[in-house]
Amino acid sequence: MDAVTINVIWTVAIFVIFVAIVLWAYSKRNKKGFEEAANLVFDDDKSAQDKAQQNKRESSSNE
Amino acid sequence: MNETTQAHPEYNYKVVRQFSVMTVIWGIVGMLVGVLLAAQLIWPELNFDTPWLTYSRLRPLHTNAVIFAFGGCALFATSYYIVQRTCQTALFSDKLAAFTFWGWQAVIVLAAITLPLGLTSSKEYAELEWPIDILITLVWVAYAINFFGTLVIRKTSHIYVANWFLGAFILTVAVLHIANSMVVPVSFFKSYSIYAGAVDAMMQWWYGHNAVGFFLTAGFLGMMYYFVPKQAGRPVYSYRLSVVHFWALIALYIWAGPHHLHYTALPDWTQSLGMVMSVILFVPSWGGMINGIMTLSGAWHKLRTDPILRFLIVSLSFYGMSTFEGPMMAIKTVNALSHYTDWTIGHVHSGALGWVAMISIGSIYHLIPVLFAQPRMYSTKLINIHFWLTTIGVVLYIVAMWISGVMQGLMWRAVNTDGTLTYSFIESIEASKPFYFVRFIGGCFVVTGMFLMAYNCYRTIRAPKNSLQAEAQPA
Repeated sequence: MDAVTINVIWTVAIFVIFVAIVLWAYSKRNKKGFEEAANLVFDDDKSAQDKAQQNKRESSSNE
Repeated sequence: MNETTQAHPEYNYKVVRQFSVMTVIWGIVGMLVGVLLAAQLIWPELNFDTPWLTYSRLRPLHTNAVIFAFGGCALFATSYYIVQRTCQTALFSDKLAAFTFWGWQAVIVLAAITLPLGLTSSKEYAELEWPIDILITLVWVAYAINFFGTLVIRKTSHIYVANWFLGAFILTVAVLHIANSMVVPVSFFKSYSIYAGAVDAMMQWWYGHNAVGFFLTAGFLGMMYYFVPKQAGRPVYSYRLSVVHFWALIALYIWAGPHHLHYTALPDWTQSLGMVMSVILFVPSWGGMINGIMTLSGAWHKLRTDPILRFLIVSLSFYGMSTFEGPMMAIKTVNALSHYTDWTIGHVHSGALGWVAMISIGSIYHLIPVLFAQPRMYSTKLINIHFWLTTIGVVLYIVAMWISGVMQGLMWRAVNTDGTLTYSFIESIEASKPFYFVRFIGGCFVVTGMFLMAYNCYRTIRAPKNSLQAEAQPA
C-alpha cells in the first residue's frame, strides 16, 4: 500500500468518524444525558449551600 | 487566610487563589512591557542604549509574559477551579498543585531573566533555552497528572464539556512542547534544534499555531463553557453543539500551522493543505462562538447590569471576529498582502487582547469573590470602567494595525512601469508612524484597565467580612 492509499483511507475514516460523532451527539437517546451534563455547572452550588450559605452571589445569579 | 479557607472546605481553593492573583500581576507586567515596546517603535531612544532593553530582547519577553505568565496562570486557576466544581471533588493531589504553582512561577522568573540577557533558542513562542524547557515539561506533566487524576476520581457520571477542552489543551500542549523543544545542547545556555531547514520551520509552526489553537483557544474555550453559563445563570445554549464543536475543533486545528509559511521553502502542497484546513476551521470556531453567545438568549437584559458578563460576551465577539479574519488571512493570495505586515500584529491582538484577555478578566472577576468568600467584587463601577477601557483600547489597537498593515502591504508590492519598487522600505515605516502612536494609546488604555482591576481585586480580598453586600438582583 502506498502513501496515497493510506491517506485516502485515513481521510475517509476521519470523515466517517466525524459523521458518527454528529449522529451520536444529536441522537434522541442521548438527549437526557447531555441535559444533565449541561446542568453540572449549577449542581456544584447545591453541596456548597448545604455546607454554608456563603455563596449568596452564586445563588442570586441563578434567580 | 483562615476565614477564606472555610469558603469551601472540601475544594482546594488555595492554588486557584494563588494563580488568580498572579494572573492579574503578570497581566500588568506583560502588558506594560508591550506598551514599552509600542513606545520604542515610535521613540527608539527608549531602549536607553542598554542591550537588555532592546526591542529584539524585550519582544519575546512580552509574548512569553502575556501568553504563558498571564494566560497560563489564568488557565491554571480556572482549570483547577472548573475541574473541581464540575467533578464535585477536591483536586487529585494538593502537593502536585503546589508544585505546578511554584514551578510555573519559577519558569516565568527564569524567562524574565534569560530573555533580556539574550539567551534564546530563537523559536517564536518557544524561545526559552533547554534547561527551562525541562522544567516546563516537569510542571506540565504534574499538571496533567493532577487534572486527569481529578477527572478519574470525579463524583459525577458526566465529564462536563469544559473539561474536555481543558484536557485537550493540556495533552496537546505537552506533545507540542516536547516535540518542538527537541534540541542538542552545546552548553548550559545554548542549544540547536534537531530539525533542519524547512522541516525545522514546519515543526516550529506546527507548534506555533497550535500554541494558538490549544493554549490560547481550546483552554480558553473551556473557560468560556464554564463561566458564561455560570455568570448568565443558564446552561449552555446547546450541549450537543458543544460536543461537535469540541471534536471538530481539535481535529482541524492541528493541521493549520503551514499558513504561517506561505510562499516559503515549505512544499507547495503543504502550504495549500494548511490553507484549506485553516479556512474550514472557520466553521467550528463560529459554532463555538454562537453557542457561547446564544447561551444568553432570553437573558440579554443581564448585559445591561453585569459588566462581568459583558466582558465574557464581548470576548466572544472578538473571538468571532478574529476567527473570521484568521481563515481569510490564511488564503494564500490574501496572505501575500498581509504577511510580514502590521495586519498580522493587529490580528494577533484582536485574538489575544479581545478574546483571551477579556475572557480571562471576566472569569477572574467572577472568581475572586467566590475564592475569598465575598458576596461580590468591591466595585462594580470599576469593573465597568475597566470594560470600556479595554474595549476602546483593543479597538484602537486593531484599527491602527489594520490600516498600517494594509498600507504596508500595498506599498511593498507597488512597482513602477519599469519594474522597480515605488517605495523604499523606510518610506513604509514613516507612513506607519502615526498608527504606531494610536497603537501606543490603545495599549495605555488596556494597561490602565488592568491597574484598576488590580486595585479592585485588592480591595475585594482585603474587605472586612460582611462589608460588601450582595447587590439586589434587578427584575
